[in-house]
Amino acid sequence: MVPEKMEFFIDANRCIGCKACFQACSECDTHKGVSMIHLETIDRERSVQTVPVVCMHCEDPTCAQVCPADAIKRTPDGVVQTARKSRCIACSNCVLACPFGVPKMESGRGASVSGFNLMMKCDMCYDRTSVGKKPMCATVCPSGALFYGTREQMQKERPRSRPINEFRFGQQTVKTKVNVLVPRDSALEQLKVTDALGSQPDILLLGMYQEEEP
Amino acid sequence: MSKLPVAPEQLEAHYGPHLQFPGGKHLQSGLEIDRLVKTHCCFCGQQCGIQLKVAHQQVVGFEPWEDFPFNRGMLCPKGIKRYLQGGHPDRLLTALQRDPAAAGGFRPLEYPQAIAQTAAAIAKIQEQHGFAAFGVLSGASLTSEKAYLMGKFARVCLRTPYIDYNGRLCMVSAGAANKKAFGVDRGGNPWSDILGAELIWISGANVAECAPITTHYVWQAREQGARVVVVDPRVTPLARTCDLFLPIKPGRDVALFNGILHLMIEKDWLDHAFIEKYTVGFEKLAESVREWTPRRTAQVCGLNQKLVEQAAEWWGTASTSFLMHARGIEHHSHGVQNVLGAINIVLASGRIGRENCGYSTITGQANGQGGREHGQKCDQLPGGRDISNPEHRAHVAGIWGVAPDDLPQAGVDAYELFRKIDQGEIKGLLTLCFNPKVSLPDSEFVARCLDKLEFYAAIDFFLNETAQHADIVLPGSLQEEDEGVVCSAEGRVIRIRKAIDCPGEARQDWRIIQDLAAALKRPQGFEFQHPGQIFDELRRASQGGVVDYSGITYEKIEASYGVFWPCPSEEHPGTPRLFEPDSWNVVARGQGPFYFPDGKARFQVADYSPPQEEVDEEYPLILTTGRVISQFLSGTQTRRIGPLAEMHPAPWLEVHPQLAAKLGLKAGDTALVESRRSSIELTTKVVNTIRPDTVFVPYHWAGRESINRLTIAAQDPISKIPEYKACAVRVRRLEHGS
Repeated sequence: MVPEKMEFFIDANRCIGCKACFQACSECDTHKGVSMIHLETIDRERSVQTVPVVCMHCEDPTCAQVCPADAIKRTPDGVVQTARKSRCIACSNCVLACPFGVPKMESGRGASVSGFNLMMKCDMCYDRTSVGKKPMCATVCPSGALFYGTREQMQKERPRSRPINEFRFGQQTVKTKVNVLVPRDSALEQLKVTDALGSQPDILLLGMYQEEEP
Repeated sequence: MSKLPVAPEQLEAHYGPHLQFPGGKHLQSGLEIDRLVKTHCCFCGQQCGIQLKVAHQQVVGFEPWEDFPFNRGMLCPKGIKRYLQGGHPDRLLTALQRDPAAAGGFRPLEYPQAIAQTAAAIAKIQEQHGFAAFGVLSGASLTSEKAYLMGKFARVCLRTPYIDYNGRLCMVSAGAANKKAFGVDRGGNPWSDILGAELIWISGANVAECAPITTHYVWQAREQGARVVVVDPRVTPLARTCDLFLPIKPGRDVALFNGILHLMIEKDWLDHAFIEKYTVGFEKLAESVREWTPRRTAQVCGLNQKLVEQAAEWWGTASTSFLMHARGIEHHSHGVQNVLGAINIVLASGRIGRENCGYSTITGQANGQGGREHGQKCDQLPGGRDISNPEHRAHVAGIWGVAPDDLPQAGVDAYELFRKIDQGEIKGLLTLCFNPKVSLPDSEFVARCLDKLEFYAAIDFFLNETAQHADIVLPGSLQEEDEGVVCSAEGRVIRIRKAIDCPGEARQDWRIIQDLAAALKRPQGFEFQHPGQIFDELRRASQGGVVDYSGITYEKIEASYGVFWPCPSEEHPGTPRLFEPDSWNVVARGQGPFYFPDGKARFQVADYSPPQEEVDEEYPLILTTGRVISQFLSGTQTRRIGPLAEMHPAPWLEVHPQLAAKLGLKAGDTALVESRRSSIELTTKVVNTIRPDTVFVPYHWAGRESINRLTIAAQDPISKIPEYKACAVRVRRLEHGS
């Protein structure tokens, strides 16, 4: 079991784009040679900003909901596992549905492990975290953008940050095991375009959108 | 003649760089591991602790070493994938002899025969032309034991003054300035002092890519409220979220520091008590910065004046601070002046020598610090001793069992050594751990010099581009195949552990050197059986010097995660932080904390001069060069590690959108970059993270991809560091490539 008090935190503010996480992930014993992490470069022309993308381990994973083969399982301690070899039909539903863009189905990704195409994703280094170690990526990350520890430790070491684990995607609210750190003093509310308008916009254009109350 | 035996393509086909990816044993889940070896990364000066996984006499992977206090398990991608050098197809498993008739240009040679032939060639050159006709080039990625032995080998066995090392391209400007100002060349503080600093100032250091682990220290300080100031022509990954960014014009750092000091004086942001008690020379310096008004400073540095004033205010009013710099300010024809400028604002603030108040260069190579301490520099003897000082000579000669007068005098820097080859003065060369054909500036000149050598022997584990010119290649060792110590950027002496034996006919480098000494019939002083014996002699040779290792033992290092020098006795705990107010050192002997007889630091007037090659109508752009995260130095190792090479497979040209528009360049276009020395074709990256008057190209690649064919061999008059960070170029778009 992954100890309950140990949590995963991501702070993209700290990321330096070094790919230590990506390179270390493929060194984990249970998925040798395959990295379950990717690093997004946001817009290199305008910024050096990068974001490490690991599985958020949702409470009610969308990937599992949409899987027609029931191949994606969540352990009792909240870790969403890679698709089961015996069940995965490589349909890519999970790839399309995941709101965080985590699962990948690049041809051959799973081939070195399973011998055939298989959806593989971050399992929070279950072989390590279930025996009290940290996940490989959060151990090596030289900027601390990926952090694994207790909430108390995080709060003590990162007083300027605040963890969030609830995200809204249109009508869907997703709660995750993994936390994203945001600046402590930033507002929680999402920006609304209409709040920033000086006057009512052209009604013809506005008609294109249906603004829903959350 | 040491010309390439066959075409470069044929050499590459046989000796690489080929890419090694994880496969076989690396991918076997549940592979039984014979042992985990606690050691350090083979790449940069951070020297992260790492555990190497060994199975079947091969390093097959790694495990984080979370107990090592400096990096606590953290690593960058280079450290993570270093194990792929093990069992690499390009690994040299035998000695080689140049043979233009052989397919790859070399044929295997029995090791004893290679040693005999090399010794005979050295003897022949020295008999005909004198001892000084043979030169040695060494490196700062070697353990201190090897670095020490190389200096001794050149002076005692070869009796040549001509030895220098690749740290000449790296840390020498910082070293020279530190000695002038503090009397000692070592980073002043352990990195833990970064954590509590209120202001962190980083000049000319791409911390995120070249010293990645330091990022965590900076971010942790910021979590506690620290402000971060970054001075760099490019928005580096660490600069992206800093509190104040000063995109300085390359080569103007000393002007900025002088301007900061000007404002510190004007606003009285000075620590008068510290200046009075612990320094000399402030009045003269104050006079010299009078002309550096914010307006002039901003103008020379190409910065908004408000930024200069803001930086000065933050620096001037902070109560604790840590100032760091790296090659960005050091790689200049006035690199020493740039560093002195930095030291002046540190001393004027009085924020050094106490907790959370620090200053350091960020050393680049694995043993960048240790490699410059024990005698492979052209003017230096072990213990940081000076080869022109009679007392120093006498001490070291005594340890070495030779007459002081038999020790050669100072030689010349690595670049000058090539000029001596060009002039025919030096006719033979031995290199170890140095790839000057890729790493020196104006490198086509270096290649022509290699061609002129009568005899050239190279020791390496892969056939690097310089070694391709060799008459004899001797198969050396990887870092994980030997024991020893290195000294990290912090000044912490740590243990490198042997994980496996050398494969094939390859030998530990120090054994090859000793075999050469024996074959030259001068084995005295080169009969060590183990690196520990070399270290014990190094300790004695360093005793009583500024860089005193005499109290450091292998056991002590292992018991306490490293020992900071100076450590003058076995009871001494080492010295993590230099310059503490009541500290004792061997030069001041209680007079004060700095390494001068009166114990006081020296303010030095730091003169501004522009880069040697200023832009003009013909060559209107500034070229600056640097590193990327996944490659290391001349790429001999990282260009062979598949996952690292894939991250950055080739160099590129970085231009600002404004400049790109003027040049008609778009992202992905092939650009021709020309300097007065050579030209290169590169793929364009358009990014607004660089000054519009400056273009950037990373330097890790060889041949047609090597930017050092374009860089200038201008050197600092004091440190002799080359000016990699600024020369003049022009750029134009090529239609569909060339």
